[in-house]
Amino acid sequence: MSTTILEERKDQIHRTGEGDIDIACNRPSLAGAVSQRACVFCGSRVVLYPIADALHLVHGPIGCAVYTWDIRGALSSGPELHRLSFSTDLQEIDVIFGGEKKLSAALDELIDRHNPKAAFVYSTCIVGLIGDDLEAVCRKMSEEKGIPVLPVQSEGFKGSKREGYLAACKAMLKLIGTRPIDGISPTSINIFGDFNLAGEIWIIRDYFKRMGVEVVANVTGDGRVDDISRCHGAALNLVQCSGSTLDLAKMMEEKYGTPYLRVSYLGIEDMADSLYQVADFFKEQDPGIVERTQELVREELEKLMPEVARYRKDLEGKKVAIYVGGSFKAFSLLKAFRHLGMKVVMVGSQTGTKEDYAELEQISDPGTILVDDANPLELSQFIKEKDVDLFVGGVKERPIAYKLGVGFCDHNHERKEALEGFVGMLNFAREVHSSVMSPVWNFVPRRANRVIETTKGAVNE
Amino acid sequence: MLLKHTTKEVADRKALMINPAKTCQPIGAMYAALGIHGCLPHSHGSQGCCSYHRSTLTRHYKEPIPAATSSFTEGASVFGGQANLVQAIDNIFTVYEPEVIAVHTTCLSETIGDDLPQIFDKAKKDGKVPDGCTVLGAPTPSYVGSHVTGFSNMVKAMAQLAEPTGVKNGKVNVIPGWVEPADMGEIKRLAELVGVDITLFPDTSGVLDAPLTGEYSMFPQGGVTIPELKGAGDAIGTLALGEWCSADAARWLDSKCKVPCTILDMPFGLAATDRFVDVLRTVAGVNVPDTVTHERGQLVDLISDMHQYFYGKKVALWGDPDQLIAMTEFLISLDMQPLYVVTGTPGKKFEKRIQEICADQPFEVKVKAKGDMFLMHQWVKNESVDLLIGNTYGKYIARDEDIPFLRWGFPILDRQGHQYFPTVGYKGGLRLLEKMLDLFLDRKDRDDPEQTFELVL
Repeated sequence: MSTTILEERKDQIHRTGEGDIDIACNRPSLAGAVSQRACVFCGSRVVLYPIADALHLVHGPIGCAVYTWDIRGALSSGPELHRLSFSTDLQEIDVIFGGEKKLSAALDELIDRHNPKAAFVYSTCIVGLIGDDLEAVCRKMSEEKGIPVLPVQSEGFKGSKREGYLAACKAMLKLIGTRPIDGISPTSINIFGDFNLAGEIWIIRDYFKRMGVEVVANVTGDGRVDDISRCHGAALNLVQCSGSTLDLAKMMEEKYGTPYLRVSYLGIEDMADSLYQVADFFKEQDPGIVERTQELVREELEKLMPEVARYRKDLEGKKVAIYVGGSFKAFSLLKAFRHLGMKVVMVGSQTGTKEDYAELEQISDPGTILVDDANPLELSQFIKEKDVDLFVGGVKERPIAYKLGVGFCDHNHERKEALEGFVGMLNFAREVHSSVMSPVWNFVPRRANRVIETTKGAVNE
Repeated sequence: MLLKHTTKEVADRKALMINPAKTCQPIGAMYAALGIHGCLPHSHGSQGCCSYHRSTLTRHYKEPIPAATSSFTEGASVFGGQANLVQAIDNIFTVYEPEVIAVHTTCLSETIGDDLPQIFDKAKKDGKVPDGCTVLGAPTPSYVGSHVTGFSNMVKAMAQLAEPTGVKNGKVNVIPGWVEPADMGEIKRLAELVGVDITLFPDTSGVLDAPLTGEYSMFPQGGVTIPELKGAGDAIGTLALGEWCSADAARWLDSKCKVPCTILDMPFGLAATDRFVDVLRTVAGVNVPDTVTHERGQLVDLISDMHQYFYGKKVALWGDPDQLIAMTEFLISLDMQPLYVVTGTPGKKFEKRIQEICADQPFEVKVKAKGDMFLMHQWVKNESVDLLIGNTYGKYIARDEDIPFLRWGFPILDRQGHQYFPTVGYKGGLRLLEKMLDLFLDRKDRDDPEQTFELVL
C-alpha cells in the first residue's frame, strides 16, 4: 500500500514524533493528482457569495456559475438575491471577439431589475485568457448606475482557493470606507470569516449582544453591502477562518488602523476563549464586560456539559481522521474531539500553511499523521491503517468514508447543523454520535469482524 | 419567497442566463468516462473544474468520483499544457494504476490550443503509457453546447477506439445516453430478455451503484472494457438512444466502420420502449419473447388503472433534450398536457421535435432550447401547472408556486435512491407512473376539505 504515496508527495506528509516537521505546503497540486482542491474562482465565490443584497455575476462559461449556485447553506435573514445564479454564459463567439459587450449588457439589465446595493463581477479562467477589461466595464457601469460594481480577479488557473480569498478581500476593501460611521459604539466589532452556515452567525451575534458588544458587519455570512461599507468604524476585527479573511483584516489594519484578533467559534475552549479575548479587549471602555462574559459562558456550559457527557460515554476512545479545507478548523476540531473522549489520528487540509502544520504538530498526539493536499487513495490508506471510526471532511469524502464502512461528519460547507458556539458543540456531539454509533457499520464486512473482536475484548476484561 | 425576483413579463434576453438549465461540457465527459472499466477520468485544465465536477457527480450519485486534473497554473496557461498532461499521464499510471485514462479538455486548454492526440503521441513515445493501457481524449470546450455535448463527445471518443477486423461478431452496440446507472442496467436486462448480445457504452452500472464492502476501490467492477470497445467496429448494428447524447458516436461507427446505425429516442415510456425493443429485435433477427410482452402488458395495465387521474393534467418539464423528448411523448400518451418544455442545451431541432410531438393536441406547447429556469418560472407564473418534472433546480419554483414536483434527470442534489431505480423500459415506466400518481393523490389528500376527504381513491 505504501506505493500509493507518490515520491513527490512524501514531504507533504508527516507523522508526529518522527523527527522535525517540515511539511511542504501551499504549493500547486501535482499534475495528475486526484486532488481534493479547488481553484481561485471557487475561493472568491465562497467568500463573497453570502453577501445577500449584492448582485453576483459570473463572467464566464456556464459551468462556473452552475457549480457555485446556492451550494452552501449561507443563510440570510432578509434579501436572498445571492441564491440566484447569474452568468454571462460565454460562447465561442465571445471567446473570439471578447465578452465585454455581453458583460455590460448583462449588468445593465440585472442592476435595473434587481436594484442591488452593489455588484460583484467574477472573472474566470477564460476571461483571463481573452483579456476582457473587467476593471473598465465595472468602472463604467458603476458610474452609470450609481452603485459599486466591483471586479473580482478570480481567474481559476492563478492558484488554489487561497488566492481566491485574497481576490475577494481586495474586492471588499474597495467597498469598505464608502459609508459614514457615525453612531457606531466604541465597543464594536466586525465578524470576519463566518459564512452563516446553518445560521451559525446568529448564534455568535447573540453572544456578543449579551456581552454588550455591537456587531457592525458580518463578513460575510448574512452580510449586507451597507454594513460592510461602514465596517471601518468598528473598533476591532474578529477573524475566524484565517485563510479566507485574514488578508482583509491585515489590509484594514494598515489602512484604518483597526486591530484584529484571531478567533474560533468551534468547540468549548475556543468559543469561550474568543469571547474572553473580546471582553479583555474592551474592558477599559466597559468595565462590566468581563463579568458579563463569564456569566454568559457559565450559563451556556451549565446547559451544555451534562448533555455532552451523555454522548461522551459512547464515544470514548473512538478514532477520528480529519480532512478539512482550511486548517483553522482542524485546531478547533482537535480540541472538540478531546471533549468527546475521541482520539484524532490523522489531520489533513487543502490549504494549510507551514505555521499551521507546526502548530498542529504541537497539539497532536504522537503518531498522528499530518497531510497536506491529500488524494483519496492516501486518505483511504490512512483510515484503514489507523482503524478510524469517524472521518471528518467535505462533500467528496463522504462516500469514500461510507465505502470503507466508517462514520462521517461534514464539517465543510454542506453541513446542515450549526456547529459553532456552545450549542454547536452539542449539535456536533449529536452528529458525531449519530454516525459513529450507527448500527449500519455492523453490517460492513471489513468492520463486522472487528466489532466482534472488540466485544470479546470487553467481555474478557 | 426565494424567487420573488421573478417577474411575470417575459422579455428577450441575449447576454444573460439566470438560474441555468444546463451546465458545461466537461462534467458530461467525466460521467461518460466513468462508464469505461478501470478508467480514471482526467480534466485537462485548472483544478477547480475537476473539483466542481467531482462534487456535483458525488452529490447526485452518492458515490466516490475519482478524477485527476492537470492542475493548470499561470505558466501552463501561457506556455501550453503539454508538459502538465504528459506528467499527469505518467503520475496517474504510476500511482493510481488505472487501465484507461480518459482525458477531456476545458475552456482553458481549448483556448490555449492544446492538441490532445499530439500530446498523447508524445506521452507514448516517452514511454509514459504502460503496455496494455489506453489513453483516449475528447475536446470539450465549456463555451460550446452543454454538459450533454460533453457527454456525446466522450462517447464518440469511445467509439473511435473501434478496430474493425472485417469479421462481424454478431453483437449489437447500444449507446444508452446520459441515464442513471440503474437505467443502463435495465437496458442490459431488457436486451438479455430479448436475447440480443449487446455492447453497452458507456456503462456506469456496477461503477456508480457499487455495494458497500468496507473497502474503497477507485475502479469498481463495472464499465465497458477496451476489448469490447475495439469490437464495436465488428458489430452488426448500433442503436443510439437519443440524438443529442448518442447519435454522433453511432454515425461515426456507421461511416467509418460500416456498422449501420439507428437513432432512436431514449426508451422512456411505452411507445419509445416499444420502438427500442422492435429495432433491437429486427437488428438481431430474433422474436420478442413472451417475458417482454408480459412486461409491456403490465405497463399498459397500470396506465389503464390510473388514466382517470392523469387526464388533462398540465405539466412543466425541463432538463436535457433526449430525456424531454421521450417524456413529452409519454405524457401525451397518458392524456396529460406538457405545456412548458425548457432545455438549456442549444438546438432548434429540439424545439421543432417537441412541437411535432405536441401537434394536434388540445393545448399550445411552449418550448425553448437554450432557455433557463428563470424563463420557466415566468411561464409558470403566467399560467400555473399541476406537475413539475425535472432536476433539483426546480425546487424553488415548486415551493414558491406550491406545485407537486417529480425529481427526474440530472442533477438530483436533494433526494436519494434515484440511482437504484430505473425509469427506462417498461419496468421504468411503472416507476414513473407510481411516482406521478402519488404526487397527484398526496396533493388531493392534503387539499381536500374534510367532507370530501375519502379513504378509497
